[in-house]
Amino acid sequence: MKRKPHVMAVASAGGHWVQLMRLRPAWAGCRVTYVTTEPDFQEIAQRRAAQDGEPAPGFHTVIEANLWQKGRLLRQMLGIFLILLRTRPDVVISTGAAPGYFALRIGRFLGARTVWIDSMANAGELSLSGQRLGKHADLWLTQWEHLAKPEGPKCLGSVL
Amino acid sequence: MIFLTIGTHEPFDRLLHAFDDWLGQHADQHEVVVQAASPVIDAYRPRYFDTIAHLSPEDYEAHIRAADLIVSHAGMGSILTAFTYGKPIVIMPRRGHLRETRNDHQYTTFRSLKAWPGLFFAEDETALPAVMDRALAAITDAAPPCLPDVADPGFTTALREFIFSSRQG
Repeated sequence: MKRKPHVMAVASAGGHWVQLMRLRPAWAGCRVTYVTTEPDFQEIAQRRAAQDGEPAPGFHTVIEANLWQKGRLLRQMLGIFLILLRTRPDVVISTGAAPGYFALRIGRFLGARTVWIDSMANAGELSLSGQRLGKHADLWLTQWEHLAKPEGPKCLGSVL
Repeated sequence: MIFLTIGTHEPFDRLLHAFDDWLGQHADQHEVVVQAASPVIDAYRPRYFDTIAHLSPEDYEAHIRAADLIVSHAGMGSILTAFTYGKPIVIMPRRGHLRETRNDHQYTTFRSLKAWPGLFFAEDETALPAVMDRALAAITDAAPPCLPDVADPGFTTALREFIFSSRQG
């Protein structure tokens, strides 16, 4: 029998992470590795897994960075790269923001299939990361029907 | 108890100030807990409440659970967490042109969110006091239903199909 896919689920702290956790039935039964920017979230990830009857998931953090912090962004990207090298997931899935962007670009380069779910917080237009990733993701999603386009992103639903 | 949260990174003085003014009109009627990181020197200094700069995820959840009403910036994390615990929430969006966020995404999301039990919309600081009063008056009604803590099965099943179809070799 084939092994279950190894899923890496990536989100920065805050709303991105809350949305990611709401999607966890999608990877129930898979080997799971979470990547975020807040070490305290390990306990949440473990508690939710226990509550779902799942084994404790893998958990890694990278440094937090926003668009203007080039040095921190570089360190974040390097962190993502090292985690990907060590864990080699089959699928990389993210609700944003910067760590997800890096994880999808590098993950795909390393042979993983990738899923970008643009945050629900982007109802007016896609996030910058989402716009740039677009065609580089195997599955490119928005959570708002009115932002879906024939050429992508698609809308398959929302976390709400 | 009223729990006010503005998220971790940027100040949101407009909400703090409006809430402070409102609270001043209702002195001694409400216990409040306020999470607000205001890293700038000339940040607004509230007269009627103290602020906590950072809450651990556990404490954050505990305050949400203990709250009768949540007041928040229009961040999806706060909104989804309030829904999950069946708590009424007043949201006021950060604005791009006021440099409260990088762009106006909170405002467009605020405008796109549909009516939801226990969700109260305060477009700006002038609207906040009346919306606060309305939200508090509604607390005596039945509590909003608790949103399941996972997304709609239709969505997660579609994602799951992709995850499993992506097995290569």
